[in-house]
Amino acid sequence: MIGPGQVPLISLVGVTKRFGTGEAAFQALKGVNLDILRGDFMAVMGPSGSGKSTTMNILGCLDVPSSGSFVFQGHHIENLGRDQRALLRRRHLGFVFQGFNLLARTSALENVELPLLYRGEDKRARHTMAMAALDKVGLAPWARHTPAELSGGQQQRVAIARAIVTEPAVLLADEPTGNLDSERSIEIMELLTDLNRNSGITVLMVTHEPEMASYARTIVHFRDGMVDRIERKAA
Amino acid sequence: MTGTSASTRLIATSALLAVRAIRRHVLRSFLTVLGIVIGVFAVVTMVTLGKGASRSVHDEVSGLGANVLTVLPGTAPGRGGGGEAPPPFKLEDVDAIRDQIGGVTAVAAQAQVSATAVFNAANWQTTVNGADNAYLDAQNWAVTAGRRFTGDEEKAGKSICLVGSTVAKNLYANQSPLGTTLRLGSISCTVVGALATRGQGGFGQDNDDAVIMPIKAVQRRLTGNREIRAIIVGADPAYDSKDIQQSIAALLRERRNIRSGKLDDFTIFDSKQIADTLASITGTLTAIVSAVAAISLLVGGIGIMNIMLVSVTERTREIGIRLAIGALGHEVMLQFLVEAVVLSCVGGLIGLVLALGASIGLSRLLDLPFVFDPLTNLTAFAFSGLIGVIFGYFPARRAASLNPIEALRHE
Ligand SMILES: Nc1ncnc2c1ncn2[C@@H]1O[C@H](COP(=O)(O)OP(=O)(O)O)[C@@H](O)[C@H]1O
Ligand SMILES: [Mg+2]
Repeated sequence: MIGPGQVPLISLVGVTKRFGTGEAAFQALKGVNLDILRGDFMAVMGPSGSGKSTTMNILGCLDVPSSGSFVFQGHHIENLGRDQRALLRRRHLGFVFQGFNLLARTSALENVELPLLYRGEDKRARHTMAMAALDKVGLAPWARHTPAELSGGQQQRVAIARAIVTEPAVLLADEPTGNLDSERSIEIMELLTDLNRNSGITVLMVTHEPEMASYARTIVHFRDGMVDRIERKAA
Repeated sequence: MTGTSASTRLIATSALLAVRAIRRHVLRSFLTVLGIVIGVFAVVTMVTLGKGASRSVHDEVSGLGANVLTVLPGTAPGRGGGGEAPPPFKLEDVDAIRDQIGGVTAVAAQAQVSATAVFNAANWQTTVNGADNAYLDAQNWAVTAGRRFTGDEEKAGKSICLVGSTVAKNLYANQSPLGTTLRLGSISCTVVGALATRGQGGFGQDNDDAVIMPIKAVQRRLTGNREIRAIIVGADPAYDSKDIQQSIAALLRERRNIRSGKLDDFTIFDSKQIADTLASITGTLTAIVSAVAAISLLVGGIGIMNIMLVSVTERTREIGIRLAIGALGHEVMLQFLVEAVVLSCVGGLIGLVLALGASIGLSRLLDLPFVFDPLTNLTAFAFSGLIGVIFGYFPARRAASLNPIEALRHE
């Protein structure tokens, strides 16, 4: 379905992942092939243990494949070292987790500023950019509040603001609505859709719920450590 | 956006975070750094007092000018002896030292008795020294008002006297003592001169709390005998005072009929030796306290390492978040190192403040000059920071090497 001349943003070819060694070894991924186009909104579905998170961790450069190739923006990155992967995450990737993972006792603003600190932005730039990101997720008035003072939906929106403040190419979200009720979940999905459509961010999201997956343009089904089938919606 | 400015910002932010963390756990932080507080406090207080003591000894010795040897009957404490009290010196002994020993600038006999000095309604318990002008020469002791004794007055043993500045202050206040009649116990004397202030002696005694009369007058009218309690010898600085001491000892042994093999029944004190002894005592004390402080600092360092390991475990998820959003290993390491250093520096600072208070107080109590030494304080502070680096290194490296995926899963 990929049109001629359209180079995928990310391409996994024959990616395997093996955990442990010897008797205890476990083959979590058994040869994953996957092309992700720039600007796609992709939902990853599949039964528990089918390798969704493992794949997301590899795509997010938090982990490395045991074998196979991983091409990102035309570069082979399956053999990058720890620090090189960290730099890649810093520059091109944003993360949203199921458990929000905000720093406790730290204001929403400071949480969103955190990635900018590692990019070496000065205090003023950090403040301006973080406020803009919080504004995008509709939480500018809550900038001074700590996570404990925010609802789950608000916390996840702060986490999204933190993920997009560096204007990443790809936003990776592993079950971002797993801890939220359906109303909050829909708010989050609308936010992700908006970021995908209007900010041009490629969104990769793991979900169990077909209702959430329906927001995506592409749905990838995993089974037993392999891609089972891919659904693509007509544009 | 250069690497250095990013690290600088990271250090600044980490320091801020560290201060926040310390404020959040005030008691825990204080207990953690207690070892460092005690270590820095002990060393800085001791070194400061030591410097004060050596300054005071130095002032004392340089105030005396030439070396002063004091010869007393009896053995020095700790050298055994006992038995019969050794005989006092005779006037002939004084003459013999003056005539037969090279390198002495002045030799003076001293008879001593304590008496109550009374002038008008005021009275003051003091020491009356029977002496002569040579006594003043030997100790480089100047007369600031009035005059010294004349040779005739010394020979005749006239009832005249010189007053030390402490006595003058207590009996005369602002009035000039010259020409007044001072009662000393049952006798009286005419004050002909006032002595310069000499300050503290090596053992804390007040050198200025004294009245000086011609020795003949003291012997005849106060002590009632011809005993000489001490011989004061001024030594020429060009000579080795050890040699002079040996010559005097040999001469006195002969004059006092001490057979070879028997111990001296007199003791020679050297002002320089006293100064050296005091300095070496201070040095020894400083070494002991430094050893205690080193142990204390070690314990403090281990405390910091322990609390930082606890902190790394408590904040595993935070570390996971930082790594996931792109923090490099060495940046996480830097953050925890800065925390450890801030913690230990706070300990060092508390120690310095306590040491400042204690040294001011103790200097006053021990009557020592307070000498603030910036280098000592700076070194101690830098050392406390160094302890943070050394003992914070291992926990910081552990934080930096965490696997982000596992760290994020940590509960
Ligand atoms: N670090 C690990 N060590 C060992 N096994 C692992 C590890 N991470 C995941 N697995 C195993 O790999 C399989 C796939 O896991 P995962 O990708 O998390 O599945 P899911 O599709 O539910 O997200 C599971 O059976 C899981 O137990
Ligand atoms: Mg999963």
